[in-house]
Amino acid sequence: MCGIIGLHILDAELEPQLGTLAHAMLVQMSDRGPDSGGIAIYGDVAKNGNLKYSCRSNIQDFDWNQLAHMLGVQLVRHGDGVVLIGAPGLQSQIESQGVSIMSTGVAIELFKETGSPTSVLNRFNIKSRVGYQAVGHTRLATESAITTDGSHPFSTHSDLSVVHNGSFSNYFSVKRDLEALGEKFLTDNDTEVAARLLGYEMQHGRDLGDALRVLQKTLDGFYTLLCATENEFAVARDSVSCKPAVIAVHDRYIAMSSEYRALAELPDIDSARVFEPAPNEIHVWTR
Amino acid sequence: MEPTIFDCEQLTVRELNVALRALPEGSSAVVLHPKGRHNMAVGMIKHLDITFEGSVGHYVGGLCDGVNIKVNGFCGWAGGENLMSGTIRVTGNASERVGASAHGGTIIVEGDASTRVGISLKGGSVAVAGDIGDFAMFMAQAGVLLVGGNIGEALGDSLYEAIVYVAGSVKSLGADARYEDMTASDVATVSNLCAVAGFTHINPNNVKRVASAKQLYNFDALKAQKY
Repeated sequence: MCGIIGLHILDAELEPQLGTLAHAMLVQMSDRGPDSGGIAIYGDVAKNGNLKYSCRSNIQDFDWNQLAHMLGVQLVRHGDGVVLIGAPGLQSQIESQGVSIMSTGVAIELFKETGSPTSVLNRFNIKSRVGYQAVGHTRLATESAITTDGSHPFSTHSDLSVVHNGSFSNYFSVKRDLEALGEKFLTDNDTEVAARLLGYEMQHGRDLGDALRVLQKTLDGFYTLLCATENEFAVARDSVSCKPAVIAVHDRYIAMSSEYRALAELPDIDSARVFEPAPNEIHVWTR
Repeated sequence: MEPTIFDCEQLTVRELNVALRALPEGSSAVVLHPKGRHNMAVGMIKHLDITFEGSVGHYVGGLCDGVNIKVNGFCGWAGGENLMSGTIRVTGNASERVGASAHGGTIIVEGDASTRVGISLKGGSVAVAGDIGDFAMFMAQAGVLLVGGNIGEALGDSLYEAIVYVAGSVKSLGADARYEDMTASDVATVSNLCAVAGFTHINPNNVKRVASAKQLYNFDALKAQKY
């Protein structure tokens, strides 16, 4: 199955509540995806040309302070979550220390882990987070192993996050094509292929909406996709649309989820326009 | 008689359904804070008036016989699935598969409905005031769909004896579906359904009839020779 949630805040007064609202939404989708959980939080944009690196390490009691000191970067902890803020181009130096980078960008911070979605949210103190946009996922693994790397959201390019409910059928051939174009894959997961395809297209000048149109022509399978960049928030569905999707459009926010019950506690939801997007439709909101 | 109030903040879906089922014939109930939960008011087999104050999840009113349900909000997948008799009214938009496989009764959506409206409909009526999505009435066997707005792709693919009335445009007809002239009985059906649904924006003069051309009813032995 898998569950998806997303919240794109339009009214800045709601930004302090982003974490609380997104936490409640994702908990509602726990029974759609009990294997793992993950969330991308957008906010607190890095200044002075710096980037935010969301990191994790399999090394027990990893000394993050020492790494931050060595690299000359700022270390920010959110529970078990680690975000390093520093100059661009530090990826290979960070990775050489036994660290995986889950996302990089000026706005995105990404936290994901195996285990019940509620425990994952608590581990990373998601409730307390402030920001303007969140993209979350609860996973019931079908296509590849239950690992942290195989959990969603996937962030393969700067500030991009992708969550997916469904499965792609031709992703191996698309993966080969992307590898020939220079993309390097980290997992066997089909959603990573979708994320890299979107990232590749956007690196070559398309916006998120156009990149999703390319994806619809390229990838075959079942999908409801929720994707975000620093400025965009987008929902796309396949032509058969057997994977659920509900969108709520309110003056103060755009919200999306697999099922309405994830939206039920949002402020003033009864005044929102709630609808299911049609097959093949792509909805994009830009801030 | 005053309606019985049920608050979903205090009840699981199972507790709610058991309590609704225990009400005497002809009772009314108001359900507060439904918050999109699934399977609410499923399998009620007596006359009950049930109002949901808020949006509901999947399968609301499924398998019911004799209920009168009103949802003040949005409705998830397959509202009124396999309804036998009674009425289900949704004041907001509806998600996929409204009235899937319903045998009787009337399902009314005051907003828009998504894809697969009336899939495999076996009787009864589905009335949508606004637009509906693709694949509506796929393999519908009996019953009626009335749409006040526009319809998406592949309307009535492999339709049997069910009839569609549509006021707006149709993106495409499915295999074996075709437009037909309205008859006197169609006029009566549409008038009655508009009256029941409370639709004043459509009437028998501004709808078109779509029905099966019945070319798929029998196997055509010679057709194989064309391939």
